[in-house]
Amino acid sequence: MDSNHIPRTLPRQSATFDPHTMAEIRRAAATGIYDIRGAGTKRVLPHFDDLLFLGASISRYPLEGYREKCATDVWLGTRFAKKPIHLKIPITIAGMSFGALSAQAKEALGRGASIAGTSTTTGDGGMTPEERGQSKTLIYQYLPSRYGMNPDDLRKADAIEVVIGQGAKPGGGGMLLGQKISDRVAQMRNLPKGIDQRSACRHPDWTGPDDLEIKIEELREITDWEKPIYVKVGATRPYYDVALAVKSGADVVVLDGMQGGTAATQEVFIEHVGLPILAAIRPAVQALQDLGMHRKVQLIVSGGIRNGADVAKALALGADAVAIGTAALVALGDNDPIHEEEYRKLGTTAGAYDDWQDGRDPAGITTQDPELAARLDPVSAGRRLANYLSVLALEAQTIARACGKSHLHNLEPEDLVALTIEAAAMARVPLAGTDWIPGQLKF
Amino acid sequence: MSVVDLAVTSRRELNIQLHALAPNTNQTHWRVENPNGQHSLAVGLDAPVTVEIAGHAGYYCAGMNKQATVVVEGNAGVGVAENMISGMVHVKGDASQAAGATAHGGLLVIDGDASARCGISMKGVNIVVKGSIGPMSAFMAQSGTLIVLGDAGDALGDSIYEARLFVRGSVKSLGTDCVEKTLREEHKEELRELLNAAGLGDAINVDEFKRYGSSRKLYNFHVDNAAAY
Ligand SMILES: Cc1cc2nc3c(=O)[nH]c(=O)nc-3n(C[C@H](O)[C@H](O)[C@H](O)COP(=O)(O)O)c2cc1C
Repeated sequence: MDSNHIPRTLPRQSATFDPHTMAEIRRAAATGIYDIRGAGTKRVLPHFDDLLFLGASISRYPLEGYREKCATDVWLGTRFAKKPIHLKIPITIAGMSFGALSAQAKEALGRGASIAGTSTTTGDGGMTPEERGQSKTLIYQYLPSRYGMNPDDLRKADAIEVVIGQGAKPGGGGMLLGQKISDRVAQMRNLPKGIDQRSACRHPDWTGPDDLEIKIEELREITDWEKPIYVKVGATRPYYDVALAVKSGADVVVLDGMQGGTAATQEVFIEHVGLPILAAIRPAVQALQDLGMHRKVQLIVSGGIRNGADVAKALALGADAVAIGTAALVALGDNDPIHEEEYRKLGTTAGAYDDWQDGRDPAGITTQDPELAARLDPVSAGRRLANYLSVLALEAQTIARACGKSHLHNLEPEDLVALTIEAAAMARVPLAGTDWIPGQLKF
Repeated sequence: MSVVDLAVTSRRELNIQLHALAPNTNQTHWRVENPNGQHSLAVGLDAPVTVEIAGHAGYYCAGMNKQATVVVEGNAGVGVAENMISGMVHVKGDASQAAGATAHGGLLVIDGDASARCGISMKGVNIVVKGSIGPMSAFMAQSGTLIVLGDAGDALGDSIYEARLFVRGSVKSLGTDCVEKTLREEHKEELRELLNAAGLGDAINVDEFKRYGSSRKLYNFHVDNAAAY
């Protein structure tokens, strides 16, 4: 053998110790603190892309794409509330706090949602007048921190959402780092400016479902049984959590999967706790069905909803509506390549920017810096959000008509197949081309 | 005086009547008979009236109170005066857990003892407890003043922010970031004022109190304090 020509082994990166993992080890070694960031999980997970609609053919009859009606409206809170909510589209804007977001961004969310005929939601930190003013239908979050919580705003709200958890961090509290605590944020939260604000992970005055029932009753008494009461949970044990929310008297259950965005959470939490939304919807619907409450207590799901197909799939699996957070921020202008130069200066790139905790958002959305925040025009950003929402609804209708449905709510699991065994098991629909649903025995 | 007998009238009806009161109502004095520990009595009030509850109240009595004076002539359940904004709530017996939780303003007076988590996450309320308070009281207390004539349980003021705590008796243990501070003249003045408002006149010697508050070490994350979080 020619000893000058020994084939060389190519340098090989480890799949286990990949460059991202190794960089994180070095960062941890240098700083001694975990990584905190915004946005949702970034890893590949079983998701709605793993499902397909079958569409109609000879055995099913489609609706005429541009002529026949396919309704999109949804009622929320019909169980106990005297004033349930009626939305034109089953796509709502999820709770995102003033503090995490600028006042302009909150206003834009309200404007966009109102044009599209849907609701928007406050967040940790209370209700701002801009947001109330621009939101036709506003859901007021009732969180463990109770920052800014007051009965006047409670009465001004169209519904109340008791937040127990979030998909990005089920079992975790919140934090807003000092750099985002402006005078106004500090004043709304009764805390000094510039300090890190921790939000507790448990409510201060109730623990467990028996207490929650009494708490919900109190909120109803205060607001004279007018407002729908939502209960929001992160997806962990959806069957039991949904059943307990129903038992506690919820009108609406909001179920947020692990893809759900956050303003600031430990990376390890975002990536390793909770269920992907695909795995959570069927057990949640099962709980509602077992209690005879499906469609009576409405189910809103969220976590990684991006397009009308995702909306249609969530509804086909049994949800009554969906909520969007991250996608709404992107529609406003988050992570737009137009800011690439500035993203580079922050050591990142458009599409990867997730330091939403940091307050230096070039798009002026996740910031309290007056100059940055002023970059976002609430009117045009609101218009973009409204356009995007209407595309989501149109896309979902396109699919529903192709499946022969005259209302988005008529979509059903039977319209779906899965591309992977995992997705088939989680969504409880057959693997494409088979009649096999893993986990469901057939003899 | 308006009398509502909960043996014949429902809680819903009581709260409806109280919510209907205009700011200048002349029905300023209410008496609620046979409360029998029902939950959510006199919640969400927003008028300068006095409501006397002739017995024990359940959870969340006088929750989110504004302007009104609510007097519980017996014991109060979990979360009495939770998230109060203004006005006064006076419990003549003992109070259960989370008394005055997250309250933003007003005055809460408890003649007896208060259980765990008294003043948890308080945001501006003043609380005077004539007896003792349970563990984890004033957890994450943000602002306002908590005065205790008796003793305090474990982990008082854990993760406290700017609230001021005054305890006359013993403190079983202080929570993370809560420390004893010097009692200065301005604090004695505040004590006198609040004790007066709580109906104690000058009977109490304010020099006997110790003051506790935040050492502010956890205000901005520092890795060397990681174990304290
Ligand atoms: C910037 C930001 C702030 C948020 N703040 C809150 C909050 O205050 N309360 C809450 O319940 N959820 C909060 N969330 C979570 C959203 O309500 C929602 O669950 C999530 O964004 C849905 O998933 P998606 O982002 O994939 O659409 C926040 C999310 C983001 C992106």
